[in-house]
Amino acid sequence: MSEEEKKDIEDEVRVGVFVCHCGSNIGGLIDCKTLAEEAKSLPNVAYAEDNLYTCSENGLASIKAAIEEYNLNRVVVASCTPRTHEPLFRDCVSEAGLNKYLFNFVNIRDQCTWVHQKQPEEAYKKAQDLIRMGTAKAVKLEALDIIMVNVNPSALIIGGGVAGMSAALNLSRQGFQTYLIEKEDKLGGRLNSLHKLFPHQLDASDFLDKIKNNVQNAQNLQILTSSIVKNIDGFVGNFEVEVEQNGKNIELSVGAIIVAVGSSLFAPTDLYGYDGKKRITQFELEHKFINNDVKANNYVMIQCVGSRIEDRPYCSSVCCMTALKNAFVIKEKNPGANITILFRDLYTPGTDYEKYYRDAREQGVLFIKYGLDKLPTVEEDHIKVFNEYMGEELILPYDLLVLATPLVANNDNKELAQMLKVPLEANKFFLEAHVKLRPNDFATDGIYIGGSAKWPVDITEAITQGYAAAARASRVLSHDSLEVEGATSSLPEYNKSLCTGCEICIKVCPFNAIIKNEEDEIEIIEALCKGCGVCGATCTNQAIVIKHFTDDQIFSEIEAFGGH
Amino acid sequence: MSFEPKILGFLCNWCSYAGADLAGVSRIQYPTNMRVIRVMCSGRVDPKFIFHALELGIDGVFVMGCHPGDCHYLEGNYEAITKFDMTQQFLKFINFDKRVRLDWVSASEGTRFGEVVTEFINHIKELGPSPISGGNPDEDILDKLKAIKMAAGSNRMRALVGREKTLLGSENVYGEQIIEQRFNILIDKAIKDEFERHRVLLALEKDSNSVKDLAVELNIDPSIVLEHVLTLKTRGQVDFQKIKGNTPIFMRL
Ligand SMILES: Cc1cc2nc3c(=O)[nH]c(=O)nc-3n(C[C@H](O)[C@H](O)[C@H](O)COP(=O)(O)OP(=O)(O)OC[C@H]3O[C@@H](n4cnc5c(N)ncnc54)[C@H](O)[C@@H]3O)c2cc1C
Ligand code: SF4
Ligand code: SF4
Ligand code: SF4
Ligand code: FES
Repeated sequence: MSEEEKKDIEDEVRVGVFVCHCGSNIGGLIDCKTLAEEAKSLPNVAYAEDNLYTCSENGLASIKAAIEEYNLNRVVVASCTPRTHEPLFRDCVSEAGLNKYLFNFVNIRDQCTWVHQKQPEEAYKKAQDLIRMGTAKAVKLEALDIIMVNVNPSALIIGGGVAGMSAALNLSRQGFQTYLIEKEDKLGGRLNSLHKLFPHQLDASDFLDKIKNNVQNAQNLQILTSSIVKNIDGFVGNFEVEVEQNGKNIELSVGAIIVAVGSSLFAPTDLYGYDGKKRITQFELEHKFINNDVKANNYVMIQCVGSRIEDRPYCSSVCCMTALKNAFVIKEKNPGANITILFRDLYTPGTDYEKYYRDAREQGVLFIKYGLDKLPTVEEDHIKVFNEYMGEELILPYDLLVLATPLVANNDNKELAQMLKVPLEANKFFLEAHVKLRPNDFATDGIYIGGSAKWPVDITEAITQGYAAAARASRVLSHDSLEVEGATSSLPEYNKSLCTGCEICIKVCPFNAIIKNEEDEIEIIEALCKGCGVCGATCTNQAIVIKHFTDDQIFSEIEAFGGH
Repeated sequence: MSFEPKILGFLCNWCSYAGADLAGVSRIQYPTNMRVIRVMCSGRVDPKFIFHALELGIDGVFVMGCHPGDCHYLEGNYEAITKFDMTQQFLKFINFDKRVRLDWVSASEGTRFGEVVTEFINHIKELGPSPISGGNPDEDILDKLKAIKMAAGSNRMRALVGREKTLLGSENVYGEQIIEQRFNILIDKAIKDEFERHRVLLALEKDSNSVKDLAVELNIDPSIVLEHVLTLKTRGQVDFQKIKGNTPIFMRL
């Protein structure tokens, strides 16, 4: 081949299309082989094949080999979803020497075969269209610069409960300057007001003292109590945080942030005659234990009070174990006490916890299952409950009624979420990037989540998650510099003459990434730009180009779909 | 055979696209008609994408983003609203406003994703095929849609809509309401003006013409056509060509 021929091939757009069967997830419904075969006749497609699992080692090797053999300079994979697998395939093409932005994803599993299981023919047509559209976009893809930013090797942890303290200990011990912010005047969170801890009946205050002691003596760790976060700016590796402590402002610069703000207690007003005296919550019962203020003989506990219902559909995960724990505490002091636990389902997963439940039965704690359709009714000194197993109504006298109420999201989560630019889920807990693949990350780089801020968890889990979040953060902090999103907005040289300087783009950018520089020209600060594309859709003279989602690329997708 | 509409969806990566994936993971079943273009944020959806799709004969366009307040980029979906409102306002001229929809689906609403997509597809089925799809498109509507696309893309319209949020956001609650009303009147008028103006422009592109004949052709009052011709003249888009009999003829520049 002459140099010129080689050059021609380089200039020519040559797309490779890889259609994945995903075992039978895709291939079980539609014919991937024919899809790949047909893709060969699309414009600029130089090669196409189908793979049993494109993301397997074989599949990836096959992509790399085809890039080499067929001089491919664009790659399309039609398979699952970019939200989970794009990084893998991007790495794959860049290992084969292609810029990673020359890869395009087509979703024919999550948004096609899985949702059209009874319409194989239509699903096939849809996959055809999607591959045509994705390939049309791929043809227009451009290589983008890889943008690097420096990393400040320090971390901020918001919330000083067990999760936050565990994260702080871990990071500071790795040598990163760490700041632990707690809004109350002392560390410890919920643990401060608990009595014993399941499943080993540890003394909560002993346990807390130990951790606090470690935290207080740690190096590189600055604790800021009575402090709240007022403002957060910046991006991964370079956050600027404004903290207010007792009315005075402190500025912190950190490279990563961990959210460990925990959760709040649900108040059962209007439920089961709750009055905070004779009818109390498990939390209040522990308070009474601490003050040695429990004298009753007949105890009834009701589980799932305000949880697993339409308004609050989740399981609070700690209440079953808490009820058992407090039953043991009562039995230890007063072996003759009668304890009846009214439950809907009992959740005691794992070996230790299940044993805990069996031990409680052995000690004579009574368990009665009730249903949502026939809730127990509470009178002044007895409770009526319909026993689902026996099919009859029981009358239970009580001196103390204890309600197991769920952990709920903090009221101010929304505010913090907005400052951090991270999402909340339906119950207003913080929402991680992916429940299985990235359980302690947020989608936003450099921000992590751990403990009951995400979901009700027990202490073991809160600690595990605190460590996990710290480990994730240290992945960022241990680098001097990092790659950030390269698909940013830009005002290319060839479009500069279109810009009239109206400054509307500056106003719509949510991240203040656009400025007018000293030469009075519009400038986009790439490290701040997150590539949302709003400025591009807004620019009054259509001068701004959104890389990787250019007008041209989107139009080509629309046209590839086409009309009737 | 029953009518199977072609529907295009623009889904933001962080919520609605994730919701669509969750529908998949949960094996929620819904009709196959929609093809999805992934964008990072609903705020990326330039009205011209929607007009372009409709011009090709696509029967319906569905833009989906995160619920208000939940946008991964904080406010992108509010920008999407202002742009979408304008788009829909323009489309009323050709009775296409019901062929486009904007809605919110979160990453955890897989079931809801299936529901809103099914609902939209059924809704478009009821509306029937786009009158500009197929081999025999309604030329009048197509011409008007072209005028709409140009009008919405004009610097004036984009500047107005681009400023909308900042303008409205900068006032107190009381002031905001008055301002919003005034702003809406302003926008409505601009939409009407620019639509007609661009119809005049497109008509002149086909053939030079007099104000009187243009008025008949476009079914717009001659005095208004004259006004538009003069504005277009100051914008440097049309000019006086010649006198035919007693009537001046204008041409596209
Ligand atoms: C009645 C009851 C009994 C329990 N018993 C047990 C048990 O026996 N064993 C067990 O394993 N688990 C038990 N748990 C669960 C246990 O309490 C939690 O697992 C644990 O507290 C979770 O820790 P965390 O750090 O996530 O949250 P938290 O303990 O809630 O700590 C969060 C901290 O963040 C602070 N904070 C909140 N918002 C901000 C903000 N914006 N800025 C700064 N700081 C903020 C809070 O003040 C708090 O100090 C029980 C829970 C309850 C309710
Ligand atoms: S690439 Fe995606 S679709 Fe293919 S095997 Fe892997 S997970 Fe399944
Ligand atoms: S793409 Fe979004 S973040 Fe980037 S400059 Fe434009 S508006 Fe700002
Ligand atoms: S919106 Fe467009 S024309 Fe206006 S200043 Fe920004 S880049 Fe320039
Ligand atoms: S990211 Fe979903 S609407 Fe902005």
